[in-house]
Amino acid sequence: MRKEQALLFELGAPGRRGCSLPQPDIPVKPLDELLPAKLRRGIPLALPELSEGELVRHYTALSTRNHGVDSGFYPLGSCTMKYNPKVNEEAARLPGFAFLHPCQPAESVQGAMELLYRTEACLAEITGMKRVTFQPAAGAHGELTGMMLIHAYHKSRNDQRKRVLIPDSAHGTNPASAAMAGYEIKEIPSDGRGLVDLKALKELLDDDVAALMLTNPNTLGLFEEDILEIAAAVHEVGGLLYYDGANLNAIMGHARPGDMGFDVVHLNLHKTFATPHGGGGPGSGPVGVKEHLVPFLPVPLVERGEKGYYWKDDLPLSIGRVHGFNGNFGVVVKAYTYIMMMGAEGLRQAAADAVLNANYLMERLKKSYALPYDRRCKHEFVLSARKQKKKGVSAGDIAKALLDYGFHPPTVYFPLIVEEALMVEPTETESKETLDRFAEVMEEIARLAEEDPERVTSAPHTTPVGRLDEVRAARNPRIIWDGDEGSE
Amino acid sequence: MSGGRHYLPLTEAERREMLAAIGAASAEQLFDELPEEVRLKKGDLNLPPSLSEMEATAHLGALAAKNINMRDYPCFLGAGVYDHFIPAVVQHVTGRSEFYTAYTPYQAEISQGLLQSIFEYQTLICRLTGMEAANASLYDGATALAEAAVAACAVTRRGKVLVSRSVNPHYRRVLQSYLEVRDLQLLEIPLIEGATDFSRLEEMLDGDTAALLLQQPNFFGLLEEMEGAAGIAHRHGALLVLSVDPISLALFRAPAEYDADIVTGEGQGLGNPPSFGGPLLGFFAARQKLLRRIPGRIVGETVDRDGRRGFVLTLQTREQHIRRERAISNICSNQALNALAAAAYLAAMGPAGLRELAELCLQKAAYAREKITALEGFAQAFPGMHFKEFAVKLPGNGGRLNRHLLEHKIIGGLDIEPYYPELGPAMLFCVTETKTREQIDALVGALEGWS
Amino acid sequence: MNWQIRSGLKYTRTHEWVSFDGGLATVGITDYAQDMLKDIVYVELPETGQEAKSGERLVVLESVKAVSDLYAPVDGEVVEINEALQDQPELLNEDPYGEAWVVKIRVAPGYENPELLDEDEYAALLKEEAEK
Repeated sequence: MRKEQALLFELGAPGRRGCSLPQPDIPVKPLDELLPAKLRRGIPLALPELSEGELVRHYTALSTRNHGVDSGFYPLGSCTMKYNPKVNEEAARLPGFAFLHPCQPAESVQGAMELLYRTEACLAEITGMKRVTFQPAAGAHGELTGMMLIHAYHKSRNDQRKRVLIPDSAHGTNPASAAMAGYEIKEIPSDGRGLVDLKALKELLDDDVAALMLTNPNTLGLFEEDILEIAAAVHEVGGLLYYDGANLNAIMGHARPGDMGFDVVHLNLHKTFATPHGGGGPGSGPVGVKEHLVPFLPVPLVERGEKGYYWKDDLPLSIGRVHGFNGNFGVVVKAYTYIMMMGAEGLRQAAADAVLNANYLMERLKKSYALPYDRRCKHEFVLSARKQKKKGVSAGDIAKALLDYGFHPPTVYFPLIVEEALMVEPTETESKETLDRFAEVMEEIARLAEEDPERVTSAPHTTPVGRLDEVRAARNPRIIWDGDEGSE
Repeated sequence: MSGGRHYLPLTEAERREMLAAIGAASAEQLFDELPEEVRLKKGDLNLPPSLSEMEATAHLGALAAKNINMRDYPCFLGAGVYDHFIPAVVQHVTGRSEFYTAYTPYQAEISQGLLQSIFEYQTLICRLTGMEAANASLYDGATALAEAAVAACAVTRRGKVLVSRSVNPHYRRVLQSYLEVRDLQLLEIPLIEGATDFSRLEEMLDGDTAALLLQQPNFFGLLEEMEGAAGIAHRHGALLVLSVDPISLALFRAPAEYDADIVTGEGQGLGNPPSFGGPLLGFFAARQKLLRRIPGRIVGETVDRDGRRGFVLTLQTREQHIRRERAISNICSNQALNALAAAAYLAAMGPAGLRELAELCLQKAAYAREKITALEGFAQAFPGMHFKEFAVKLPGNGGRLNRHLLEHKIIGGLDIEPYYPELGPAMLFCVTETKTREQIDALVGALEGWS
Repeated sequence: MNWQIRSGLKYTRTHEWVSFDGGLATVGITDYAQDMLKDIVYVELPETGQEAKSGERLVVLESVKAVSDLYAPVDGEVVEINEALQDQPELLNEDPYGEAWVVKIRVAPGYENPELLDEDEYAALLKEEAEK
């Protein structure tokens, strides 16, 4: 039943088309007059030639070879794969949003500006920040923007700080973003609780520290309960506190980063605020700041005046722009719709259910898998397959085995501080039956790992393709199709 | 009660049962390790009252209705975001929720759909540009150009980037932000008649120049005569980086024919609505030798255990989740769904369709340009060959003109005086295949006599 | 585990091997290192003429999902690199002590590294690693 799906380039026939265009309704000039031959394309334009029906069949076939949240459970830790409400999609597709040009005069886009203004107010309230920019198109982009803001803030005080502190449990984007902003990175170890080692942190704090980047709850799904002391210590040496909002879903409506002492936060609208992940994007990574960082925000900002909403561009200390236009506005429309429907109580309930679902699963799964940090978790928890590994079954094997049961696996091999890590984030939109069924399957896999490890290590058996050779792909990269003879 | 409660499947009875199973007395207890000082109580968070789906639909509809969109009024704006026709089939493809509700295809065996579509997209981008390698997408054309500048600095181990002033001013502002924070220098090449002054290249390029950044067609819609540019850049050990309009490539010389090293651009026009400036689609393609310096996700072909063709994310050691602070970029989420739209769009158009489309843009823009610049007080700003955009000197302030055009139910062009004060009052018009003769004539009619 | 150790070579605590021939040091990775890295897919080699500084990163070795460094065991100048590794990184897995030598360094005059291990000391180190 397994078979390959032909590539676009292997389908169709010369002369076929998937679309028609109108005839010119204006007097047409000879092409030479508008574009001399020497400026014209001299190499072939080798695009596929398919009828519309063939094209639809191709992509329909491809879609059946893909698992999304709409297909089944997707407990991918740290990614908050919650259900994506359909009304959000409809809202973003309204021509009054989708067919606006970003450079239209402000008076012709008052509704869109109002939406940005209102969403900004909601996110500022949820996070405890003063202002929010929507230019960052994803979480990592938000981190980079945040680091630029912190850099500009210190620079404006003639303070050239070189270092950013990041816990060893952090997402890889944190150190990568700080490095992209020119900072040196210093890693803070986690302690036996799985939290920031306070003593180690204090030893690393000095007046060269520009910021501490923190995810709270952290990637182990544990709340950094010393946060107030951490914030005070960082501020004491003149550093700023950066909140990676990847895990905000755990505490939304129950606590605010701003109240904990964070100066800058980024959010992932595609995680916490239910906008779809799009197969890898578009996301949206708005950045919120406290009052003292507002002057450095990217321009323009939406302001409200007597005559309506307008763009404010004159921020002399602004870091400039981080996106060509307004960031992923379409994603903001979806998140706004979600916030409007959930309301304060709904968001609070969502976080509570997310935490309840995670703890419920953790309690059950810790019987068959090692749980290195056995504490009350927030929205996610990290198991270790170290018991199973002794039988030759790795976290990666367990992930592949889950595919045969129709589940997307948890995040594997992250965070790096847990060996054979399996990071499970069920989210609040999963029912108890789904959690129970997932737990049963995980238990069954644990049993197989004991009794018949080969069954697990040879999985998956029912997917459109079997386990793929990643070594071959990396050794001899073939990243575009060059015909049958191969690219190299 | 929350209007979104139908997204939360747990019943009260189930919540009680589950709390009991984990030994918690109440849901509040799940948050016990949060410091008391920061804990919010019910009612503390001040958000607008929650709406039901019906109310939300009406509310969002009302907000959308406060905007004038380009289906209501013809729109002559371009500058990086374009009103191109989107065949229905494109939205059908991106609307399949197996695609749009998935995340980055880490689990290859159940993500073959996305992985193959990205592989096809990479191939299409390479075929358009003539390059040998492309990634799965970046945020937008501006950040793609900035990433290219950063990559060029890393490859050459140099600290200076030259950019023409004919590159989109928003892009230059993004470049500035990205480079300044890492102490990389950005220098602008001046213009002559709206195009890059190539006579300045030799003196501006030196042993510390990592890259020369040009846009084709440039911000003013003009074709840059850049034949010799690569040669000069390469002689100084710098890379040539181009930012291009993908639709123009059906007709115009491909970046490979200019011997470019890295090609970036904005792919929104390939099947994605303008959406008030985002989500857009940054594409990034390069020569094979730069493969390991390409930022972001890359999909590669391989085989499964039975030798069957399949696709995986590859060359992942470049990326942040493995190399952390030594990663070549921090990018993680990209614009995958927009790339999927672009691939479906290019496949729907095919070579003949895309060429026809580019010609329609060229012809219609030429028609509009001729008509507008024949009006008294409106003059073509720059001589030269244009694609779908052109700059016009105005008899009065551009902002004022746009308000006048709105009264005539037309969304005018971009007032470019704030970006290029030396031009005086000037406007950048964009005419794509979506503008009818009637609409262009209406624009000309509304301009006539205005001062 | 049974990792190969070659006699006549010196070793580092970071799992490089060195063989000295006059003033020339040939450097590679040990069998243990290749086993830990698993399938090596790419090697980022230095350029000849580049300075090598003992204890500092000289070569980057990549497997599918990990990146690790080869540290220079001595001070000196890189005089030769093993170009074959560019196209066949798998040699490092197949023959780490032979065909897959990585760089040759002309050792700085008078330079000695007292930290280098002999084969018995390295064997003891591997025993420790195995017990972890």
